[in-house]
Amino acid sequence: MKSASPLERLSSEDLDAIAHEFDALRDEVRADLGARDAAYIRRIIAVQRALELAGRGTLLFSRHRPALVGGTALLTVAKVLENMEIGHNVMHGQWDWMRDPAIHSSSWEWDAASTARSWKRSHNFQHHTYTNVVGKDRDLGYSAMRVDPDQPWHPVYLLQPVYGILMAATFEWGIALYDMELDAVRRGERPWSEARAELKAFARKAVRQLGKDYVVFPLLSGRSARNTLLASVTANVARNVWVHTIVFMGHIPEGAETFTEEQFERESRGGWYVRQLLGSCNLDGSPLFHLMTGNLSYQIEHHLFPDIPTKRYAEIAPRVKVICERYGLSYSSGPLGRQYRSVAKKILRLSLPGGGPERVQVTPPERVPVPEPLSTAEPLASAA
Amino acid sequence: MGAAATSRRPGARRRLLDAATWLTTPLLPDDYLGFVNPLWSSRELRGRVVAVIPETSDSATVVLRPGRDWLGHEAGQYVRLSVEIDGVRHHRSYSLTSAPQADDGCIAVTVKAVAAGSVSAQLVHCTAPGTIVGLEQAGGSFRLGVPIPDRLLFITAGSGITPVMGMLRALAGSSPDAVLIHIERTREEVIFGAELRRLAASGRLRLHEWHTDRLGRPTPADLAELSVDWLQRETFACGPGALLDDLQSHFEAAGAADRLRVERFRTPLVAAGEGGRVSFIRSGRVVDAEGSTPLLQAGEAAGALLPSGCRMGNCHTCVGRLRSGRVCDLRTGEVHGTPGDMIQTCVSAAAGPVEIFL
Repeated sequence: MKSASPLERLSSEDLDAIAHEFDALRDEVRADLGARDAAYIRRIIAVQRALELAGRGTLLFSRHRPALVGGTALLTVAKVLENMEIGHNVMHGQWDWMRDPAIHSSSWEWDAASTARSWKRSHNFQHHTYTNVVGKDRDLGYSAMRVDPDQPWHPVYLLQPVYGILMAATFEWGIALYDMELDAVRRGERPWSEARAELKAFARKAVRQLGKDYVVFPLLSGRSARNTLLASVTANVARNVWVHTIVFMGHIPEGAETFTEEQFERESRGGWYVRQLLGSCNLDGSPLFHLMTGNLSYQIEHHLFPDIPTKRYAEIAPRVKVICERYGLSYSSGPLGRQYRSVAKKILRLSLPGGGPERVQVTPPERVPVPEPLSTAEPLASAA
Repeated sequence: MGAAATSRRPGARRRLLDAATWLTTPLLPDDYLGFVNPLWSSRELRGRVVAVIPETSDSATVVLRPGRDWLGHEAGQYVRLSVEIDGVRHHRSYSLTSAPQADDGCIAVTVKAVAAGSVSAQLVHCTAPGTIVGLEQAGGSFRLGVPIPDRLLFITAGSGITPVMGMLRALAGSSPDAVLIHIERTREEVIFGAELRRLAASGRLRLHEWHTDRLGRPTPADLAELSVDWLQRETFACGPGALLDDLQSHFEAAGAADRLRVERFRTPLVAAGEGGRVSFIRSGRVVDAEGSTPLLQAGEAAGALLPSGCRMGNCHTCVGRLRSGRVCDLRTGEVHGTPGDMIQTCVSAAAGPVEIFL
């Protein structure tokens, strides 16, 4: 039998020691950031812009089939890099230490429907603070899906396998609406004036985003207009599905724990680290795969150190695992295919009532832990 | 090109760039043009290092070609450069030593390396032609003014010669009666020594070199002796704070405070106050700052992108509105601050917890 959730098992001395170890790791990496990191992000930005230019240029001739296929592929890859390895990470402040106003969280705007401002509040503050706390982390199922048995069931969830797919295809627009927290305005928790300003900014941005992809570039393509429009739709939908997939792999597969508000409220710094660690799942893959996920495949490292440049996650992952092993904490990781099946199964199962076998009724302090981590590939993870 | 043409062109360029943002949104056309030529950026004014010319063993003149948005400068003004060292940007102000409106369109600053690893050392010893640096428009009120006074006295020490060199070069065409008293440790260490002596030999400048290795530090009375008609001259002085303080007292005592203009490179900072937790509200940064660290520096170290200018309490570019707490003015040691006060972050340190709208 497994012991209770590590959050209950670890003493406050252990938690303080964990906090100390992770703080030290963070300080060490921060102190080491320098010219090689700066060169990395500039190179990625240059590559991304070159890909985008090449893709857009090729698509001007998209009435020829090879140009359509090649241009669409280039544009899709450019859009994925722009959102993931660049936009998401720059807006996290991972590159603020350079003090370069052109690569700074306060000035960056990305190629997505959400305005940087709304997204930063919703993501950097809310999701990264309340990670996997049921009832507080709005990202857990994005308020639309039931992904944890502790979320009460509602008949609408019967349809979640269907609208889940629609949500994937239009992910950036869903996120844009979600980031503005109109539901909080309706409940009176957010002033309407604030939301109105954000809606205006969103509308302005949406016009430009839609104009660029669906009007300006098709028109510039002349006789290739229809195919260029098709390419824009394809690239945006493909990116949406990819981003949605990677995001859902971060906190939902079997092996990711959820937490109660009560646990959150009496949490120490060490407890915060442990929650980030246990609430996140990594994906295994090649360096190119990690790059295309914006290194969100290192979801655990990202949640421990959201403002450390992602390029460093691969370097520190072995050391994070060693710390996990020392305190008997699971480090959940798996290949994309297996994690995807795990998430799909969960979404299907939880569309029906129940879903937490033998533990639905458990009261918060005695929350039964999740099953053994799936990551048999990770020798250190089996320590729990 | 006529003035009308030059003034029309930026307008056309701007309209073209505005139209092009429909292709590049959410980026700017600049973000792509910058790959072709970093100087084309209108997001940020930049300069390309054309040459680094050694002046003395620890100083050099850095010649820069500024981007096209550079508005020019007046002799005696300074420019703020941003230089990247090990991936991190640093900002420093340097006096412009080139004459305004040089034929080749280039500008120059002359830098004395103060310590290993510093921005100045990087510029003097480790900067290759082709390096791109950030620029801001020229600033500073240490200028000859219009019309140029007939009788001039310059008093400089060490690298304090730099803004005055810019003035002397700007005066090349005219021939006012100019006296320069320059204080330096040895003859060899005089920046622009050869050029100054040439100017003196040609009769365009009366030059008095004061070498402290032999003569010790001069008093204002010593200097007055070198230029007995100092009260009839417009005086421009640049050098260490102590020298400028002495000169100011001397001119005040003679009732001629308005005839002296000084340029201070660095305001002496007095360590005081107890420090505290500083919250930069808009940037969302919180940092524990020491009582001797300016808020600006503490915020930047924490990654906040803060407005800044002269970094010595003059230009008020860096001010932020205080939400709560009190700060210590590092120049005077005075602890002050009520909510709503505009605080100069470059010369104020935390005196207890501080919240500021920046």
